Amino acid sequence: METVIRVSDLTKFYGEVLAVDHISFEVRRGEIFGFLGPNGAGKTTTIRMLTGLSRPTGGSASVLGYDVCAEVTQAKRHVGVVPENSNLYDELTVLDNLLFMAQLYGVPRARRREKAEELLRIFGLSDRKDSPFRTLSRGMKRALTIAAALIHEPEILFLDEPTVGLDVVAARSLRNLIGQLRRRGITIFLTTHYLEEADLLCDRVAILVRGKILSVDSPGALKEAAEEESIMEFTFSGEIPGLIEELSRVKGNVRVVSVDFGKVRVYGGSPGDILEAVLRLVKGKGIEVLSVNSIKPSLEDAFIKITGLSPAIMAMEKGGR
Amino acid sequence: MFRDNLRGIYYIALKDMRIYYLKPPSVSWGIIFPLSWIFAFYLRNPRSFEELVPGLIAMTILFSTTAAEAVVINFELRLGTLERLLLAPISLPSVLLGKVLGGAFFGLMMSALVTLISTMALGLHPSVFKLIVIIIPSLMVFSSLGALLCVMVREVFEAQTLLNLPRFLMIFLCGVVYPIEAMPGALRFVARLMPLTYTVDGLRRCFSSSSNAVVCLDALVLVAFFLIFILPAIRLFHSKFE
Repeated sequence: METVIRVSDLTKFYGEVLAVDHISFEVRRGEIFGFLGPNGAGKTTTIRMLTGLSRPTGGSASVLGYDVCAEVTQAKRHVGVVPENSNLYDELTVLDNLLFMAQLYGVPRARRREKAEELLRIFGLSDRKDSPFRTLSRGMKRALTIAAALIHEPEILFLDEPTVGLDVVAARSLRNLIGQLRRRGITIFLTTHYLEEADLLCDRVAILVRGKILSVDSPGALKEAAEEESIMEFTFSGEIPGLIEELSRVKGNVRVVSVDFGKVRVYGGSPGDILEAVLRLVKGKGIEVLSVNSIKPSLEDAFIKITGLSPAIMAMEKGGR
Repeated sequence: MFRDNLRGIYYIALKDMRIYYLKPPSVSWGIIFPLSWIFAFYLRNPRSFEELVPGLIAMTILFSTTAAEAVVINFELRLGTLERLLLAPISLPSVLLGKVLGGAFFGLMMSALVTLISTMALGLHPSVFKLIVIIIPSLMVFSSLGALLCVMVREVFEAQTLLNLPRFLMIFLCGVVYPIEAMPGALRFVARLMPLTYTVDGLRRCFSSSSNAVVCLDALVLVAFFLIFILPAIRLFHSKFE
């Protein structure tokens, strides 16, 4: 399959701070490629470099064969970008925002209105076309920002954290929309810190932590790799002090992650030894074991295995759901 | 590529006219402030007001263009919409030139209004050719000066405050109300380093029988000032998106 984005040893320093650390990856035509990582991992910085908003400090990258430093203007003609913040013009109406974008991207005059109205239909915004952008709901603003990025029929769409700040319904409808765009043949490069979003949408995922890519594969392959060890989930009636330290002493490479209040996951080790250790710990403390599950690994589990980070931290950092 | 840039400059300027010209900072610093000064000078001495007309047109150009620049650049810097313009297939200097043009259009409307009303009310007959030769480069000079200072800060109020330093310095030193010839030598030298001096001088010559050549010389100096301001402004703008 044709490679449309090629990144080699890409590096970005902001002063002394290393934001992106020699990353390399490729994106194939027609796929949804996810950049998954916590806040500050370098996801947005990478998008900014690929779309010409920031100059790389080192390495190289090309989009549709155009070098992102020397030929960025040519690349921009074929690329749509949806930044993390829906940054259209509050004062302009929904339709005028799209028409302005069409003018900037050189959409022929005869096609501008027709294309804008077609996108408004697809995104369910036709009845709001005369409303100023500032009066739209957050979900509608997000949808219009995506529509604006599609006005010139780009081959690649960059989506930076597309569902941040949206309610569950708006986020779901936006994910459906992203799926529809892929079916239209648009290559999608999205960044997200929502693991379930990456699992649902992406054909391949790059896991990025502290500016480094730790793994690039399909969600299925990442989950399979995580399946090599046992995962047990315990739910207790309360918090048990010293639980994590105690379980970590069980023989075998055991890692314990606190998932929620009173809920922990234990990766690796022998299930029998772990169960025994847990029962010993709760004994006489007035705390009950509410449930014990042996679970099939999700992308979240694969993420934990690869990065050693808690997914709860990722969600908390951006006020996630 | 060249056509893409021209198209970008045009549509950015057009959009700025639609969105920003009636924003409160444009109205207060770009319209109310120069008009208040004009009325104040008229009420103080209506008989010799005629002599002040060129200086007051120059002051209107200065305030209206720079006030508009603070709005068209800093509103977009703060809201992040400027990045949206930079994602389009147009060069970064073209985006800034579109902004400079947006400020210059605003200044053109204000200075044309002041020129028309004052010449009609006082029965003056300036040379239209000379007015065009001097006003157009002046608009671009002060708009690019505004752009240079505005890209240094983020908020509109910061930009307006920063702009007041060169604005007031020029109003008092460049012959707007007080003739340069009557100033001490050191101040006359400082005045020669400021673009408003050449705008005021050129405009005075529009209302007299002075030769076209001298006005064109003033215009050439103003073109040089435009380059002095716009080139570092582009560089600074670039560094914001490194």
